[in-house]
Amino acid sequence: MNIGSRTFSAIAGHIVLAIFALIALVPLVLVGINSIKDSADVTKDPLSLPTGFNVQNFIDAWSYGNFGLGFFNSLVLTATTVAIVLVLSSLAGYVLAGKKVRTWPLIMVYFTMAMTVPIQLFLFPLYSGFAQLGLLDNVPAVGVVLAAINMPFGVFMMRTFFLNVPAELEEAAFVDGVNTFQLIRHILFPVVRPGLITVGVIVGLNAWNEFLITSTFLQNSDTKTLTLGFLSMNGTFSTDLGVMMAGAMILIIPVLIVFIALQRYVVDGLASGSVKG
Amino acid sequence: MTLSLKTPSAAALQNPPGARSRKSFHQRRTIINYLLLAPALLLSVVVVVVPGVLTAVASFTDWDGLGFSANFVGMSNFTDIFADPTFFTALGNNIKWVLLFLTIPVALGLLTASLLLRRKRTRTLYQVIYLMPYVLAPVVNAMVWLSIIYNPHGGVVGYLRDRGIGIEPPLANLDMSIFAVAGVDMWHYWGFLTVIYLGAMRQTPIEQVEAAMVEGANAFQIFRHVYLPNIRATLLLMGVMIVIFSFLAFDYVYLLTQGGPAHSSEVMGTYAYAFAFSSFQFGKAAAVGLIMSFFGLVASFIYTWLSRRDLTK
Repeated sequence: MNIGSRTFSAIAGHIVLAIFALIALVPLVLVGINSIKDSADVTKDPLSLPTGFNVQNFIDAWSYGNFGLGFFNSLVLTATTVAIVLVLSSLAGYVLAGKKVRTWPLIMVYFTMAMTVPIQLFLFPLYSGFAQLGLLDNVPAVGVVLAAINMPFGVFMMRTFFLNVPAELEEAAFVDGVNTFQLIRHILFPVVRPGLITVGVIVGLNAWNEFLITSTFLQNSDTKTLTLGFLSMNGTFSTDLGVMMAGAMILIIPVLIVFIALQRYVVDGLASGSVKG
Repeated sequence: MTLSLKTPSAAALQNPPGARSRKSFHQRRTIINYLLLAPALLLSVVVVVVPGVLTAVASFTDWDGLGFSANFVGMSNFTDIFADPTFFTALGNNIKWVLLFLTIPVALGLLTASLLLRRKRTRTLYQVIYLMPYVLAPVVNAMVWLSIIYNPHGGVVGYLRDRGIGIEPPLANLDMSIFAVAGVDMWHYWGFLTVIYLGAMRQTPIEQVEAAMVEGANAFQIFRHVYLPNIRATLLLMGVMIVIFSFLAFDYVYLLTQGGPAHSSEVMGTYAYAFAFSSFQFGKAAAVGLIMSFFGLVASFIYTWLSRRDLTK
């Protein structure tokens, strides 16, 4: 009786979990099956399974969405943002974790506030400033803005990882006469490498997926990121759904591959990030 | 502790002994530490604080965003906004957004997290699946829903209509549009809460769970009286985060409806954006940005205050 009801609740639990997995996946599955169907078939019945494999959808999407250039711009943007956040947040996280300056609680409070500030509070003068300096449509410059926005998250994460470095390790290094930069390079870096991967992949996804700042600052067709290139297809291809879905597929696949490959870091990073502030 | 007390004397062994050199050693280290902090702080201040202060100033002017010239117009931006019914539609939609996000994704997150607690083998798989919409770009998610689900000509909605199920295209309906947009955002968001809540629940001391089991508590009682109290802090912090981000909602609304039809899905984020980039009234946009920030800031103060114990650990 007891065992029977336990099996029942286990099965019920599995069914509930599976239903929610379906809710998450169904829209993505719809993209997958419709990306290889002719547009007429999509319009007729989006739920039917494909009968052939329409490669032309992908070729059209690639050229009309300007995805070659989009990949390049998105890579430049993401690399700029990730590089800046990793270097600067490690330096700051190291100092804050060791409470090495007296004002450290104040700086922590500052970054907490900065993390929750709305983009609309600084977007308009920032846009105007960028226009005055001729930095609109400059992909690396926009990467710097995204780095500033992601900095608080990076600082908190790196601080958490530096908290795990035993103080004895650092003391011993100082006794041996190691300078600060040697210390970071040879002693701290290996210990906090998982933290760097976590911050890198989460901030990288943020930059890769960003919409508000990039769509405002990158208006030229030469500087569009991958997502903006795909978005520009919407007007012309909103009736050509097969091509739209193929475009979506081209954007979804690389992100999911990176996410699945690094899922441990993403899941741990998200989970610990909120618990630790 | 003893080791850290040794440091100055260790340094003194290398340098000539004496109080003065020890003091200068510490001064030098303080300067180095501030130099290490400076780049992150400086970048944040230049990109966020300086333009933020300018926004506050601009909200009292008729600035068009193109040059430095602007006239002081007093409170007129604010009085104009408060006289505009669209602003109250937007504010109301932000409040609906808060209420929706504080209930549906939180409930789904708690349910799935508590079910995943005891499933050690499938836990990772489910978390990865639930997070998939979360890691995809808002542009992609919005376009997918727009074209293959909400689309009355070829989407799932069109499919149902063709077969005589008379549902209206949700994005074109004045009463439904905000819920249709929030639905997509919640679909993309709730899996994140599953991961957060599961991470917090797993910190619960196993002895407490075992003690409750010995006393014959059922699964729901264990959740209610053991896990829930243990993740109270996380629930609270995530609740405040949800409130903050609900007042900043922008991406999904802009991408799916641009605030339409007839401003029915307008939120403060899209309302401010339209002032700046459709009619070049940067002063008014700044005023709305400031009002949005006020709501976010109240929640942000609460968040900072709640997380102070974590911050100063």
